[in-house]
Amino acid sequence: MWDRNQIAARAAKELQDGMYVNLGIGIPTLVSNYIPEGMTVTLQSENGMLGMGPFPTEDEVDPDLINAGKQTITELPHSAYFDSAQSFAMIRGGKIAMAILGAMEVSEKGDLANWMIPGKLVKGMGGAMDLVAGVGRVVVVMDHTSKHGDSKVLKDCTLPLTGKAVVDRIITNMAVFDVVEGGLKLLEIADGVTEEQVRAATEATIVD
Amino acid sequence: MKKVYANAAEALDGLLFDGMFIAAGGFGLCGIPELLIDAIKDAGTKDITVASNNCGVDDFGLGILLQTRQIKKMISSYVGENAEFMRQYLSGELELEFNPQGTLAERMRAGGAGIPGFYTKTGVGTVIAEGKPHMDFDGVTYVLERGIVADLSIVKAWKADTSGNLVFRKTARNFNPPAATCGKVCVVEVEEIVPVGSLDPDTIHLPGIYVTRIIQGEHEKRIENRTVRNKESV
Repeated sequence: MWDRNQIAARAAKELQDGMYVNLGIGIPTLVSNYIPEGMTVTLQSENGMLGMGPFPTEDEVDPDLINAGKQTITELPHSAYFDSAQSFAMIRGGKIAMAILGAMEVSEKGDLANWMIPGKLVKGMGGAMDLVAGVGRVVVVMDHTSKHGDSKVLKDCTLPLTGKAVVDRIITNMAVFDVVEGGLKLLEIADGVTEEQVRAATEATIVD
Repeated sequence: MKKVYANAAEALDGLLFDGMFIAAGGFGLCGIPELLIDAIKDAGTKDITVASNNCGVDDFGLGILLQTRQIKKMISSYVGENAEFMRQYLSGELELEFNPQGTLAERMRAGGAGIPGFYTKTGVGTVIAEGKPHMDFDGVTYVLERGIVADLSIVKAWKADTSGNLVFRKTARNFNPPAATCGKVCVVEVEEIVPVGSLDPDTIHLPGIYVTRIIQGEHEKRIENRTVRNKESV
């Protein structure tokens, strides 16, 4: 079974040189720690920045420079700033090659739910609906099951959707899938996990 | 016409009324018009509808107008960092219209640009699109979203010249330019007002045509999520 960092490291293999990428909050943010040496990947922060740098040292902290998770960050030599309308113009316009996002539930049709639990947890979709509708490729990173052991890789999502038929690849702590015609295609299995365990933990249809 | 005012209360004088619609700049606590928000609290304006990406935190930013129950409705994309917001919403005291972040930004931009509606793929197939007109273009389904025109825009910039030309700083720009454009009037607070002629016209981020009144003031610029690394770990 992969831990959070191993999921992020696996997700980093989706990156290609020259890509403009948006990383969501949580495990997706960790992906930036695993960008291969020598590869240029430009990270977009949807609050208005391309070329997101690492967290600042204590004396570099600037309240005017944060990421979409409201964390303090730094700029890089190729960084650029812009307003929110332009930020989402480049997202909606398909200029961002890939988004790596977290999920509460994902379905075999590529539906994604990651923004609210009715009556319980109301956070909001932030930029996630725009990202899944606009970017070239959507990769989801998530835990395969809930704390209670229920599958979060489903035939149909039970929570309000962030997007319908938008997910291309799913990376969980147990396995990697592609969303294909008729269901999910199992691509890889995490270390120490058996195919039987993956199938038992997956409600979604697994196709060959 | 004079655009520079002495303080936030004077700059808002005559512009506030109960039931009004305000568009606010800022993302989280970054680049928020904190002085104008304080002045709206002091003015006691009620039943306000606010379009803003977030609603501050419990005791800072727009969150203070929730504490005083001056906000009737929020149009936002994310409220996760504000416990009072969630409490008022779940108990039915506060109306909330969730907008995807890019849809909200574009609604402001469109409203300011005289565009009453636009089609976007964002939200199609989700609750956000329910009840809204849909249209297919080249085999893809889009949903119609409306432009926003607010009674008042409240905005934070880094510098202004006395004619209202604005320069923002780093990611504190965020929603401020689109929010500024969509108000019938726009009041801006800045860290420094400089004489006309001292900003390079090629570096103006938002021209003064959008700006009605300006104030200069001291900003707390609270950090919501201070995250640092050790020097050694570079």
